[in-house]
Amino acid sequence: MSPLRAYGPILLLGAALASMPFFAASNTLLNAMVLALVIALAAQGWNILGGYGGQFSFGHAAFFGMGAYGTALLQTRFGVNAYAAFAAAVALGSAAGLAIGYLSFRSGLRGSYFALVTLAFAEVFRILANAWPFTGGAAGVLIKLDVRAETFQFASRAVYFWIALGLVVAVMLINRSVERSRFGAWLVAIRENEDAAKALGVDTFSVKLKAITLSAAITAISGAFYAQYFLFLDANIAFGPWISVEALLAPIIGGLGTVFGPVIGALGLHFVAEITRAVAGRVPGIDLALYGTLLVVMVAFARDGIIGLLTKARARLFGSRA
Amino acid sequence: MSADAILSVEHASKRFGGLLAVDDASLVARRGRITGLIGPNGAGKTTLFAMISGFIVPTAGRIMFEGADVGGLPPHRRAVAGIARTFQIVQPFAGLSVRDNIAVGAHLRRSARAEALAKADEVAALVGLGDMLHRPASDLTVSGRKRLELARALATDPKLLLLDEVLAGLNPSEVRDVVPVIHAIRDAGVTIVMVEHVMQAVMSLCEDIYVLAQGRIIAAGAPREVTRDPKVVEAYLGHGAAARIAAREEAARG
Repeated sequence: MSPLRAYGPILLLGAALASMPFFAASNTLLNAMVLALVIALAAQGWNILGGYGGQFSFGHAAFFGMGAYGTALLQTRFGVNAYAAFAAAVALGSAAGLAIGYLSFRSGLRGSYFALVTLAFAEVFRILANAWPFTGGAAGVLIKLDVRAETFQFASRAVYFWIALGLVVAVMLINRSVERSRFGAWLVAIRENEDAAKALGVDTFSVKLKAITLSAAITAISGAFYAQYFLFLDANIAFGPWISVEALLAPIIGGLGTVFGPVIGALGLHFVAEITRAVAGRVPGIDLALYGTLLVVMVAFARDGIIGLLTKARARLFGSRA
Repeated sequence: MSADAILSVEHASKRFGGLLAVDDASLVARRGRITGLIGPNGAGKTTLFAMISGFIVPTAGRIMFEGADVGGLPPHRRAVAGIARTFQIVQPFAGLSVRDNIAVGAHLRRSARAEALAKADEVAALVGLGDMLHRPASDLTVSGRKRLELARALATDPKLLLLDEVLAGLNPSEVRDVVPVIHAIRDAGVTIVMVEHVMQAVMSLCEDIYVLAQGRIIAAGAPREVTRDPKVVEAYLGHGAAARIAAREEAARG
């Protein structure tokens, strides 16, 4: 695949989405889009480890929360500059990924055992953050409103939208370059068959460790951005199971181990959820019920997600290229 | 350990609970030759292979490769050292194309994607998968999957190639197709150790043969000598078989 065909569509999608605020500038829509992009970013992080590497985490909230609490606490408790706090929070998130990865992969945890351990870590962090006075306990953390570019706060929602979009596009480009690298080939080999990968000289432990570190860093970016956008968080938001579920749902619906899958999945899910809310009104939990149904349908009928369906449709229309 | 030995297994044993799967086995693979490991089902051949490639840690004994003890190294480090293996039960990366499957092996000594893909194409042509490059590995027939195992291992540029029943499950004409491939690999300078049941192939390919039965090496030598060894005949056909055959031949002659 030529560089143009590899990276061109990503830039094209980015440019198309970037023009959105010029056509539809309502705050409600922009707000929904920013939230969807935050989810997309968390999902892109999950997709590195889960989609490419086949290591399903149920606890990416651990990394989202590290990013969110990291950036919030460094600013409120230590007066660190917002951008420095953002970077430090991402480093903290990836360190958490490295630590959890080291402990789980060293002990050879796979499949549901790995999933349960990650879930447990996220829950422990949630309970600790909810109880510890340093993290604000159950009251959470409020970042002081101070709308200036130096504090990473903007009056216009469009600016947040463009920053979030920029991050999502950057991560798509990173994803694509991973796909075209030795690291990516080894990661996919581990997903497909770990023993065969070992026999071919793949240091599976080190590759998985790199993957979870990168994965955690990206999800931590999502958390840090969330905190910076809403300026408030508590333990149930930052470390709650909702984000772990969103992060794995989007790639599964969109297409596991693909560049566009998590983004399409996240945007699609939120689009559907918004419509459902508009149609069904404020029935509590209706969007969750819908997510569940969609997940069952996708897993039963379209294992490769929306991207898989599109690929199949294209093959049918233009003939098989294999 | 003789000078031209690339691999020597010295008094290796493996115990699984109460079962001694490999019992004090020693063998030598000479550089640039094809060494066969044969024996009845359950003799411990695959276990011995797994010890050489690092998937199973020996209970006792040493695995010497190019003069160094590799017995404590994990599988991927042995692949780096130059030991490649195929699996008796094929283990393709089912979701990937044939080309991507082979490229995983090629990446061991090539970090650039383009170089790894070029190597994959070259190896695929060598084993006869050249026209299947873009097909998913799950589309391959049994024979195709065996070739894929071979291609992936070969793409790591091994010094020693361990082939675990690459001919099993193939029909006679497919066996005739693969035998020259194995010869070509040997001629390119790769030492081969093969576990095999297809005797026609063992006889035509192997220069040295070891016979494993109930975990022990019961005979070693050139193919002709080994097949005449009464211990080998008994291992395959049962206790007293060698004597019965000899008696029958005697009777036929007399």
